[in-house]
Amino acid sequence: MQDAITTVAVDRGPVLAERWRLLARTLFPFIVVAAIWEIIAWVGIFPRRLFPPLEEVAASFVHLTMTGILPRHAIETIIRLLTGFALAGVVGVTIGVLMGRSRRAEDILLPLVSIGAPIPGLAYAPLFLLWFGLGNVSSVLLVGFVSAFPIIFNSWTGVKAVKEIWVRSAQAMGADDRRLFSHVILPGALPYILTGLRLGLAQAWRILVAVEMLAAVPWGLGWLIFGARKFLNTDAMLAGIVVIAVIGLALEKLVFQKIENYTVVRWGMISS
Amino acid sequence: MVPIEIRDVSLIYDTPGGKVPGVKEVSLNIGASEFVCIVGPSGCGKSTLLNIIAGFLTPAAGEIRIGGKKVDGHGMDRGVVFQDFAQLFPWRTALGNVAFGLEMKGVPKDERERIAHEQLRLVKLDKFTGSYPHHLSGGMQQRVAIARALAYNPSVLLMDEPFAALDALTRDDMQRLLAEVWRETRKTVIYVTHNVSEAVYLADRVIVMTPHPGTVKTEIRIPLPRPRNPLSVEFLDFQKELLRHLGYETGAGEPAKANGKANA
Amino acid sequence: MTETKQSRRSLVRGTLAVLGAAAVYEAMARSGYFAPALLPTLPTIGRTLVAMVVDGSMLEHTAFTLYRVMFGFGLAVVVGLPLGILMGRFQRVENFFLPLVSALMPIPSFALVPLFMLWFGIGNLTTILIVFYAATFPMMFNTWSGVRSVNPLWLRAAGAMGADEHKLFWKVIIPGASPFIITGMRQAFLRSWIAVVGAEMIAASDWGLGWVIFDAKEFLNTDIMLASLIVIGLIGFAFERFVFGSLERMTVLRWGMMRTAKG
Repeated sequence: MQDAITTVAVDRGPVLAERWRLLARTLFPFIVVAAIWEIIAWVGIFPRRLFPPLEEVAASFVHLTMTGILPRHAIETIIRLLTGFALAGVVGVTIGVLMGRSRRAEDILLPLVSIGAPIPGLAYAPLFLLWFGLGNVSSVLLVGFVSAFPIIFNSWTGVKAVKEIWVRSAQAMGADDRRLFSHVILPGALPYILTGLRLGLAQAWRILVAVEMLAAVPWGLGWLIFGARKFLNTDAMLAGIVVIAVIGLALEKLVFQKIENYTVVRWGMISS
Repeated sequence: MVPIEIRDVSLIYDTPGGKVPGVKEVSLNIGASEFVCIVGPSGCGKSTLLNIIAGFLTPAAGEIRIGGKKVDGHGMDRGVVFQDFAQLFPWRTALGNVAFGLEMKGVPKDERERIAHEQLRLVKLDKFTGSYPHHLSGGMQQRVAIARALAYNPSVLLMDEPFAALDALTRDDMQRLLAEVWRETRKTVIYVTHNVSEAVYLADRVIVMTPHPGTVKTEIRIPLPRPRNPLSVEFLDFQKELLRHLGYETGAGEPAKANGKANA
Repeated sequence: MTETKQSRRSLVRGTLAVLGAAAVYEAMARSGYFAPALLPTLPTIGRTLVAMVVDGSMLEHTAFTLYRVMFGFGLAVVVGLPLGILMGRFQRVENFFLPLVSALMPIPSFALVPLFMLWFGIGNLTTILIVFYAATFPMMFNTWSGVRSVNPLWLRAAGAMGADEHKLFWKVIIPGASPFIITGMRQAFLRSWIAVVGAEMIAASDWGLGWVIFDAKEFLNTDIMLASLIVIGLIGFAFERFVFGSLERMTVLRWGMMRTAKG
């Protein structure tokens, strides 16, 4: 997971030494933390089952991966995440843009959205579980519901922040309402919409892990680490946490940074 | 190109502080292919008038006819250039910006790119067709904006202090370039500015407006041959005359003022 | 149309929308299509809320939750703020902590709940540590960005006016970074608030608003659940609006360093 930081220096040749130094500098804190962990584990302050040395965690990680258990948990989690997030994206952007475009929609929807927003998403979990039962439907709906809020707010702000001068220019050049929307309002609001999607996805990710614990779904990383607790499988739990961290980092660095670099950064609408 | 008739146009702003007249009973006739500058201090309603002609504001009274056709909202017979550099769409390249109007008209891709290239060449930016606006300097961005307003071939060009935010040297270059573009395209131009020397350099005729309420005070014809020499005696005389109409008394003692902004 | 007329119309429409939504809910609850246990009527919820406030149980749950969240959040400020400042001022500190922070940040705090339950058992300690974990990173990250974003011109100007390192720190860097620090606190509290509710649900002890909601599910006490949701929402809203809002008004807004609204 250090890749993201080390790839800063991508030039070859004379900077090779510089690259190695950067790599060493990045790895150093992890080595320190790992060493401390090992010492605590081997000295035996805590029971070994609760505080396994790193090689046991690694062995467990490899074992769970080879047997296909860890990948299956991860895939189920990602499918849930993407389904919920897609739901939130479609509904959230639509509502947000509608609120930005129409005063009437803004007046009606803003109070409703503002009432729902300050309640932490997970607090709705028991309610969803009661209404929709344990399992996939509840978890996907809850993830979608919770991550829709930042998407709505940012899309709304983004549409309102579209510069009047762009609208005027486009109208002067003969853009009708439909094309004004697709050629000016949407790209103009895109920096905000992307921010909203990004926040929404992060929110969805944070919530999903907990929802999987509560909703008692048969597979999923949240369930894996929650279930591992019962049998004191701390090594499996830590392996699951590592996968969670890697997926979280990948979503942020690989997906969103790519999209941003390709659009709003290239257009100079935000700096990278 | 087409003439513009402005007849008894008035507009009242409805502000929290009460009703403020923006422009009051303005009448003007502008000939086909004429270059008209409107000068006046801030708040004299010159930009308001331009926005009415552009169709962004609806006058409370009076009417405007362009080529005999009554103005009702914005239309593709007019191209508009604003002062703000941000008027370009940041998500489109220079070429994409210039091609926008043609795209709206439904011109096929090859054709509109060919025209856009041509327009960018006219403003001497043919090397920057693929650049995004944030990579261009302020002057270059305004040149793109001019090319963009010309690309779909409107008969009238409306310009709202397009060079006001540029530094003095760039502004001189841009004025020369605009004069050249106008000579080639022969559009009817209405150009709002508060810079007196700019008005004398560009215009066939200068309209002087005064505030509270915004009305036309007087107009001055500038019959100087083009290209004009800003240092010639006649040129400076016109500037002095304009400044006098704007309420600046310029004696021989302070010639420096003649080159400055009327309402700095 | 004038602005005042427009805003009055917005208010009317907004009120109507909220009343309309409440009416739809009430109609659904009374329609008989849904089990009353799952969809209690609004008066039922109101009565439950009043009853829980009157018998003191709601206050006790709230007190437990607030204690945990304030403890964890306070700890996060105490650790995150100085660390963020050190990271912003000293390259070595930054080099050491930044990779660690980048690696830990994407781990949702809830993922650590089972681990902490194993290590620290069920109850206050686990909940507080989860809140601490959730709040530290936004605090640290924002402080770090804030210190780095202090305008070098201010540093030079202050140096030219004879400020030494100590004065520079307290008189220039801290105020200069304060918009970010306040944003950090705000984000940190928001995260804390989310974390405490979740942690209380999963690592259920026997007090706390999160626990009460989850516990109510077992007995199908949807009215208790919704009443607690209302309290959670109100507290979150009050902190956001009154505590951080007024903190902002007192400092960075007064200095013109932050705009009131986006866009």
